[in-house]
Parts: sequence; structure tokens; C-alpha cells
Amino acid sequence: MDTIFDIYLLEAIVNGVLLGGVLGLLALGLNLVFGVIDVVWICYAELVMLGMYTVYFLHVVYGVPVLLACLGAVVVVGVLGALLHYLVIRPVLQSEPINQLLVTGGVLFFLQSFATLVFGIEFRNLGLKLPILNFGEMYFSYARVLAFLVALAGMVGLYLFLTRTFLGTAIRAIAQDREIMPLMGVDSRKLYLVTSGIGGGLAGLAACLLVLQYDVHPAIGLTFGPITFMICVLGGLGNMIGGFVAAFIISQFISIGGFFFHIEWGYVIAFAFFILTMFIRPQGLFGK
Amino acid sequence: MQRDVIAPLVIAALVALAPFAGQTDYFIHILVQILLWGFIYTAWSLMGRFGLVSLGHGAFMGIGAYVTVLLWNFFELTPWIGMPIAVAAAVALAAIVGWPCVRLRIVGHYFALVTLALTAVVALSIVGLRDITGGSLGLTPNREAAGTSIYAFQFASKTVFLYVALVLWLIGLFVWRAVDRGMGRYALQAISSDEDASASVGINVGVEKIRIILLSAGLTALGGAVFGQYQMYINPETVSGIGVSLQIVFAVVAGGMFVQLGPTVGAAFTLILAETLRILIGNEYHAADTTIYGLMLVLFIIFMPKGILGAVFAGLERAKAKAA
Repeated sequence: MDTIFDIYLLEAIVNGVLLGGVLGLLALGLNLVFGVIDVVWICYAELVMLGMYTVYFLHVVYGVPVLLACLGAVVVVGVLGALLHYLVIRPVLQSEPINQLLVTGGVLFFLQSFATLVFGIEFRNLGLKLPILNFGEMYFSYARVLAFLVALAGMVGLYLFLTRTFLGTAIRAIAQDREIMPLMGVDSRKLYLVTSGIGGGLAGLAACLLVLQYDVHPAIGLTFGPITFMICVLGGLGNMIGGFVAAFIISQFISIGGFFFHIEWGYVIAFAFFILTMFIRPQGLFGK
Repeated sequence: MQRDVIAPLVIAALVALAPFAGQTDYFIHILVQILLWGFIYTAWSLMGRFGLVSLGHGAFMGIGAYVTVLLWNFFELTPWIGMPIAVAAAVALAAIVGWPCVRLRIVGHYFALVTLALTAVVALSIVGLRDITGGSLGLTPNREAAGTSIYAFQFASKTVFLYVALVLWLIGLFVWRAVDRGMGRYALQAISSDEDASASVGINVGVEKIRIILLSAGLTALGGAVFGQYQMYINPETVSGIGVSLQIVFAVVAGGMFVQLGPTVGAAFTLILAETLRILIGNEYHAADTTIYGLMLVLFIIFMPKGILGAVFAGLERAKAKAA
């Protein structure tokens, strides 16, 4: 009896690691935008939701192959991210930080209701049957393993982009000093737009991975949104490596908490841990 | 007498006369909603106007509603005692979370996110304790056979609740006035622009902030408790949770958080907008109202950050300045 118990616990831990990959990818886009533009997109998870719908409609309704549909979602959400910056963030860039937070909150309301209006409240899924992998007596969903690997690849890709390309270097520079860079002839408006587009694209990528595992419905953003913010803050807002590590910590709380108790308690413990951490290290676990 | 006494009393008198003008139950229901939410929004703005943007008021409202109903259902404790206990519980929670926030200077984005986590903890705990709270299915207070009972704080007539809500709303406005005219207001305004400078001129930053947080949380819990008694049904989505927290913040932003009647205008505006759209568009397109509402919020914050009433007053000031 004891050994079986341990196997299940181990399975929960590994599932937590796999979940951490997806959460880490979710946090990546938000962190990039915060680090560079200094704005928190409260509606970030709603962009992910729209990405999930894009994959669903392209694949299920219009019969586009899954991989192309995913590519489509990345592009669509990337454009949405750039639009969000252009239409909503840019006008309030000079006003108080809290207004920037609230304005994206308005977008959250808008997108969530708009999705309800257009897509209805039913839960939709891709209807893909992905195989289940088993190692010994442990079972993992293929979707989760795939999501984990793609998330890792996305993380590495972003890192290479930021460190190895001219545009990436400019983005890192502007994140370090917003006042000086424009004096050096860098067009910050253009860079912000590009960053928002990339942030959106990462949200789109996360959406592709999530839609493999979860049904999509208009309120799904509220499930992932808060946990994504917690992860970003826990890792130190704007600190991408920190966010990635924090994703794994939080996902372990959810997974192991959910293993011992009911799944809500996993989340309760994760949120409580977040509040406590803020009291002990307000700058985040890996903040400066 | 000043404007901030006359205006609420005039409005209150008009509302109090509404039942005598032969109004329908529906109309009274809308009025009660506006007054109750107006009270809760006012409670939020007490701290919100000083830059303490809380996304945690869904937690306080939920505790107010749930503690009251649970004490009644399980121990038959009258809401007259249950509500103060619920308020005390919310204030205690606000102190436990608020005090470290104040001491460790968790402000701005971080304060908003910590309080957001608090809402999530409370709402998920209510769902998780489903054996007691009924989980996502919600909870109904045990009904008194007669339908109306002062002891049970249950009234079959909406008109009675109209007066209850009216009194509550007036209390909210006068608390606002007391804060607005007190020394604390200047202290809090100074704190919201610079904590170090405020401390250096002798303001006790911690005490001033925690006082307004506790006051705001307590009143919100009271509003939640009465709201639960009025609806006779509560569930984690309608009285707690992140949705409620955001609803509070946005209605206040729409109405204007820096003027006394702003939150009430926000409540009236959002409720009337929702009802009008519901009647115009019909029920089959639900969420049409919130779609337009969300769009308007974005426009408000970009073009009218002081809210409807704030913008109206600013316009009047400008007109006066031009005339003079």
C-alpha cells in the first residue's frame, strides 16, 4: 500500500513539473511586457483565451491542420497584443500606474463578455485524443509533456532572441533605462509595439498548449490570470528567469496540495504562500 | 449646511417617497440594488481614493455575507448579532493582511496583487468548504415561516429593504464625509504621494493607513451581509471572488472615486446600463451589457479618469472660473 501511495505522489510531483512548464510560458509574456514597458496587462489571460478560441475555430470549424492553427493563434494573439498597446496602453502611458492597471482590467471585462456574446458559454474542446504515456506505474498525458517541452523551447527561444539579435538587445536596453535610450536614437514607441507583439505571441503559444489540455470557455482567463500574476510577482516582476522558477514552485503547491486535499485547496495554499512571500520578500523571491 | 449633507438628504427623501408613488416591485428592486452597491462602492472608495487600490474587497464582502448566513443556519444566531460578528471577522482579516502590507510598504501594483490573492483565497476556501457552505452551488438562509421576521432580518416586502438600504447608504455617505473633513484625509493624501516625506513631517503613516483599510473592509462586510439577507441567496461568484472585486473597482472608476456621490453614481450607472441593455437587446444575448460596459470603462479611464461625476464637477468648476 505504501509503495502505491508514493507512486501517486511522485506522479503528482511530475505532473506539477509539467504544469510548471505551461505556467512558466504564461508568465514569460507578461514578464516581458512588464519588464520593458512597465505595464501590467491584467487582461493577459483573456488574450490567451482568445488564442485558444482561434485554435479551436481554425481546427474544428475550418478544418485547418492543428499545427497551422497553432501558428495562426500565435500570429492572431501577437497582433492583438500590439493592438492592445497601440489602442489602449499608449494613451495612458504617462498617467498614474494604477490607471494603467485598471484600463487593462476594462479590456479584461470587454474581452470576456465579448467572447461570451460571440462564442456562447459552452465548453469547447479540440476533440483530439492524445496518447497517454506511462513510465512504470505512473501515467502522464502526452499533451502535458508536449506542453512542457514547447514551453522550454519558447523560453530558450526568447532568451536567444533577447541576447543574440539587435532588436532583442535594444529591448533589453530600454528595459534598463527608459529615459536614456530615446536619447541614443532608439525609437521607444516602435520597440514597445514590437515587445507587445512578442508578448502577445507568447500568450498565443501558451494558448496552443493549454487548448490541448483544457476545454475553452469565456471565463477560462479567470482561472489562469490570477495565478500568472502571482508567478510573475513571486519571481520579481520583469525578472524572466525568476518567473520561470516561480512557476515551478507554484505548480508544485497546486499539484501536491491538490493531491493531498481537494484541488481548490491546492490553489488556496499557492495563493496563501504568495501572500506570505510578499510579506517576507516584497520584491519577489528573485527580485533585486 | 454644506453640499455634502444636503445632497444626500435630498436624494434620500426622494427615494423614501418612491414606494408611496405607486412604484412597481421591479423599480424598488433596482433602487435597493443601487443603494446597497452604492454603499459598498462608497466603502471601497474610502481607501481607493488615497491610492490604496484593493482588489480584495470581494473577500470582505464574501465574509460579511457568508458568516452571517452560516451563523443563522447552523446556530440560529440572529443576524443582528451575526452581522457584527461577520464585520469583526472581516476587519480581523483586513488587519492580518493589511498590517504587513502597511509595514512593508506594499503599495501600487503589489498591493493590488496581494489583495487579489486574498480574494482568491477566500473565494476558493468558500468553494472548498462545500460541506458547510454549499460550495459553488451557493447557500440560502433558512426561511422563517412567516416570511417576515425582524429577528431573522428577513422581510417579504421589498419596501422594508428599501429603507434598510437607504439608512445603510446614508451611513456610508456620512462616514465618507467624516473622513473627507477629518485631519486623516490630509495625512492620507500626503501619504499617497510620498510616504517618506509624510513620515518626516510627523504623520504616523502606518496608523493612518491601517485605520482607513479596516474601516473600508468593515463597511464592505456589512454591505455584503445585508446584501445576502436581501437576495436570500448567496454564492461565491455573486458575493465574493475576483469578479466582484473587479466589479467594485470599475463601477467606482466609472462613477468617480474622488467625490462623495461618485461611487453611488457608478452603481446607478452600471445597474441602469445593464438593465436597459437587457431590456433592449433581450436575454438571448447575455453579456452584451458587460461588453459595452467593459468598452466604456476603457474609454473612461483614457478620457475621463475622474469618472462621470468627477468630470461633471470639473466641468462646472471650469465654467465658474470662466464666468468669474
